[in-house]
Amino acid sequence: MEDSILRMENINKEFPGVKALSDVEFSLQPGEIHALLGENGAGKSTLIKVLTGVEIKDSGHIIMDGREISPRTPIDAQNAGISTVYQEVNLCPDLSVAENVFIGREPKKAGRIDWKTVNEKTVALLKDFDLDINVEERLDNYSVAVQQMIAIARAVDTNAKVLILDEPTSSLATQEVQKLFDIMRMLKDRGMGIIFVTHFLDQVYEVSDRITVLRNGSYVGTYETENLPMIDLVGKMIGKDYDSLEAIPKLSGGGSDGEVLLSVVNGATDNISDVNVTIGKGDVTGFAGLLGSGRSEIARLIFGADKKHSGTVEMEGRKTEITSPLDAINNDIAFCPEDRKKEGIIGDLTIRENIVIALQSKRGVLHKISRREADEITEKLIEELAIKTPSADQKIKNLSGGNQQKVLLARWLATNPKLLILDEPTRGIDIGAKAEIQKTVVELAGRGMSCVFISSELEEMERCCTKMFVLRDKKIVGELSGDEISQSYIMKQIAGEETE
Amino acid sequence: MKKFTQKMEFKPFCVLIAIILICGIISGGDFFKITIVDGHFYGRLIDILRNGSRYAILAAGMTMALGTGGTDISVGSVMAISGAIACSIVDSRILPGLGGNVFLAVLIALAAGAVCGAWNGFMIAKLKVQPMVATMILLTAGRGIAQLVADGKIVTITSDAYYSISGGYILGFPAPMFIAIGVIILFMILTRYTAFGMQVEAIGVNQQSSRLAGIKVERNLWIIYILCGITAALAGIIESAGIKGADCNNCGLMIEMDGILAVAIGGTSLAGGRFSIISSVIGALIVQTISTTIYAFGVAPELTRVAKAIIVIIVCLIQSQAFMDKLKGLFTSGKRKEVQA
Repeated sequence: MEDSILRMENINKEFPGVKALSDVEFSLQPGEIHALLGENGAGKSTLIKVLTGVEIKDSGHIIMDGREISPRTPIDAQNAGISTVYQEVNLCPDLSVAENVFIGREPKKAGRIDWKTVNEKTVALLKDFDLDINVEERLDNYSVAVQQMIAIARAVDTNAKVLILDEPTSSLATQEVQKLFDIMRMLKDRGMGIIFVTHFLDQVYEVSDRITVLRNGSYVGTYETENLPMIDLVGKMIGKDYDSLEAIPKLSGGGSDGEVLLSVVNGATDNISDVNVTIGKGDVTGFAGLLGSGRSEIARLIFGADKKHSGTVEMEGRKTEITSPLDAINNDIAFCPEDRKKEGIIGDLTIRENIVIALQSKRGVLHKISRREADEITEKLIEELAIKTPSADQKIKNLSGGNQQKVLLARWLATNPKLLILDEPTRGIDIGAKAEIQKTVVELAGRGMSCVFISSELEEMERCCTKMFVLRDKKIVGELSGDEISQSYIMKQIAGEETE
Repeated sequence: MKKFTQKMEFKPFCVLIAIILICGIISGGDFFKITIVDGHFYGRLIDILRNGSRYAILAAGMTMALGTGGTDISVGSVMAISGAIACSIVDSRILPGLGGNVFLAVLIALAAGAVCGAWNGFMIAKLKVQPMVATMILLTAGRGIAQLVADGKIVTITSDAYYSISGGYILGFPAPMFIAIGVIILFMILTRYTAFGMQVEAIGVNQQSSRLAGIKVERNLWIIYILCGITAALAGIIESAGIKGADCNNCGLMIEMDGILAVAIGGTSLAGGRFSIISSVIGALIVQTISTTIYAFGVAPELTRVAKAIIVIIVCLIQSQAFMDKLKGLFTSGKRKEVQA
């Protein structure tokens, strides 16, 4: 395409043991929203990193405005007119909004920073984004959504011609997503080219003009969004038919025959109080609610991750004192936390170590798991969960999000738990891995393991759960089971429409 | 099993060999000369082993602290405290009831080191004070405590048994070397034959994740800083035995920096994570070799620190992957140009 502002051709990038990109191409026109899609590990992030100078390509060409560029640092990319807003907001939380917007390029007056101009310009800039906030306030006083807008505002203000949005919506509520889309459309009308990386396919169809799909580090194709039905898109992303994914059976009737595995009576931590829940044997119990509604807080209370002030926990009828995660592990409870990076993976350690570490804690530090046993456990779980990795010696941080999540799942399955708590196990991972994790949960429950499943996506909750607690404002507002578990009904409960 | 060339110990090992070879060549072979007097070995290399033992013992403890992403800068002061206590007991200035028993003196001095370490552990694990700040308290207060014990004087002692801790020989080799080997073996057992090593690395990489994976983070930090305190006390005892007395103002002065340097040269990241005790011990020997060499070659005293700094910079650059990659890139791009021309 001749009028493209950005063209990438034959991009190759290899990491030790992994061919991350092979002969990938990509082109972006001005005034276009171009979705970059693919499963975890397909090479999206690597392509973005190569484009923004975080990683350096092994070979290939990047042509921007007719000139070849080879960014070696993020600053090179920025100078070339490529701005990026990452999934995790990368601003400085302790600085003011205005400082964040102008950091590194503050207007100066007589050698000193001209704060008046900084603040005025920031106000003017944010007005475009419908943000009327106090720009002298610390950044972390605002919600993640607002921070994201600020990050975009900052990115756009540096005379960017290309804007990369890497998973911008994963921490936003529906309303906020709409606002983000408005801004994207506005920037598009100004002639900016936008690369939109996301896992939410419906959002792709809502805003994007074209779609480029990558799979296993290779280029699959570029398509006009309106001419590509979603089923076909999914097929191209995972390389197989969508039907096979839909075939996950809804867990029938529920494994629970009324037997209780764990119950919490009047539990309270710093973050939540009056927790009363019971979890049945072989049940998949869902905690539904919005972010911050208290669903993670209950999980953390059960696992001993947050300090319990009061209340009692009974496991299989016996009163059980759980004051630390280790206590919980020793009582056969497992917990995959919501924030995979901060609280889940141990990035620099190998996959093997990441898998056996919880089992090791359970056995005690003096009873070291032998290398042979560790290899056996790891190999078995890598195969069982279809973890994609060249070897168990790979550092876990080199894996894609979905595979990292599977390793965490493997870590807990190795301890053979009676209760497995999964907090947002499918966030930020692709549908292929998502379906596999859902399937695993359902299978485990079928084998008699109790699961707690926490997710923002009601569709998967509906599919997996046999029982459900609905939370609103840190209170349990509903308890559903069987046929009551339907998206519309849960939605109403979350919104509080059914309250007397 | 990984090949030796891919192991963490490989580079420091090569550097050590290279430095020793260079020293040997410059000195025209004198450096390698080992003579036997009265059945004891003498020579520069033996000096390095004797004097390097202190560093090696310190580095073993320090490696664990750095492995968790922490640090312990109080080791020098702890050395002063343990030296003061041990010498004062041997001299019967304190606890005269023990009758100057060397064995008990050493034991009590080690216990004092453990107490110092426990204090650091309390600050770091329980009160969550930044390790650098937490251990800075003992760094400053420690020498004061040592002076209180020694009554503000340099305690000199006469005890052949105590001297032999540093000056003695076993099978012709200096005694401190055997103490160091003993400590290293104990640490290897602790880190390799239990899961403690992996847990320390996990804590260094991600404390939050480690806690949620069931690791007792607090307990492990306590243990590590107590071990640091004990190794420092041991180093202090060896040093005071070497100078036949306790000099609270100078014992172990600035040694925390050499200890950290030894670990860094060994390749353990100061940000925590992967560590290797053996690498750190090799690092300690490198530091000692540099010091010994500078004195041996008669570098003017005012230049010794500069000379040491230059050598350290070179060693660190060789260790740095990024630098070596750049260097390689420089050569290969140069070649490409030649081909084009």
